[in-house]
Amino acid sequence: MYPSLFPRNVFAELDRLQREMRDAFDLSPSIRGLGRGGFPAVNVGGTPQSVEILAFAPGLDPASVEVKLDRGVLTIAGERPADLPSEEGGKAAVHINERFSGRFRRVISLSDDVDPNGVSATYRDGVLHITAKRRESAQPRRINVQ
Amino acid sequence: MNDTTAVEKRPQASREVARSDEAGRRDEALIPPVDVTEDSGGITLRADLPGVSKDRLGLHVETDTLTIEGEVSVATPEGMQASYAEVSIPRFRRVFTLSKELDTGKISAEFKHGVLTLRIPKAEHAQPRKIDIQVS
Repeated sequence: MYPSLFPRNVFAELDRLQREMRDAFDLSPSIRGLGRGGFPAVNVGGTPQSVEILAFAPGLDPASVEVKLDRGVLTIAGERPADLPSEEGGKAAVHINERFSGRFRRVISLSDDVDPNGVSATYRDGVLHITAKRRESAQPRRINVQ
Repeated sequence: MNDTTAVEKRPQASREVARSDEAGRRDEALIPPVDVTEDSGGITLRADLPGVSKDRLGLHVETDTLTIEGEVSVATPEGMQASYAEVSIPRFRRVFTLSKELDTGKISAEFKHGVLTLRIPKAEHAQPRKIDIQVS
């Protein structure tokens, strides 16, 4: 879980509780596991020309992030090193430990009209922005009436 | 591409609703996850603030409270319709109460790839020291 990315607001807390209850009792979850609450948090949007995926993954080395598109399934994987001092060090005390560390993987299935050759990704301010172009043939067009 | 804070644009039925909703949401913010560690020299705080650029990050120390604030701004193409959002509010805020032995005048901050690292040293007089025992 990624508990902190929820607003500090009683209704939001109730909404979260409700969502967690639903996830826990969901009789037909997604085949790739629970959708929400993983690391990184993901937003998806679209324009007529492209599908935009924003993965909020701060503190990564861009070279270590793996973005793969295989038969319409987009995978974002990588590893975030732990910044906490090791146990053996023993000199520092850990008071709060909320940030994610370790390996992560998120899988998003894209719509059929995405062009596998038109996918690009940038990493800025800790956000991985993936743009997947839609196929030319899937673009909306105006048909002239003869 | 336009550099707006439109992480999520929800379609609103009427403008009135949109406005009152906007006002109500101004105070809402996401709570960034943090790690806090302490060693003999001071406290190190790391906070995840993805999507916040350096000029939209605010750090304030007031007597004994530390406030971390940030606006999420992600360059998205014009006319993007959000279809699914886990980060639903483009703002982060978290407040910490500091303790007396920390030297707020000497806080140093580093911000890289959306991770803020703060080092809050302990005041001189609060540093651990060995006390020599005088034998008369």
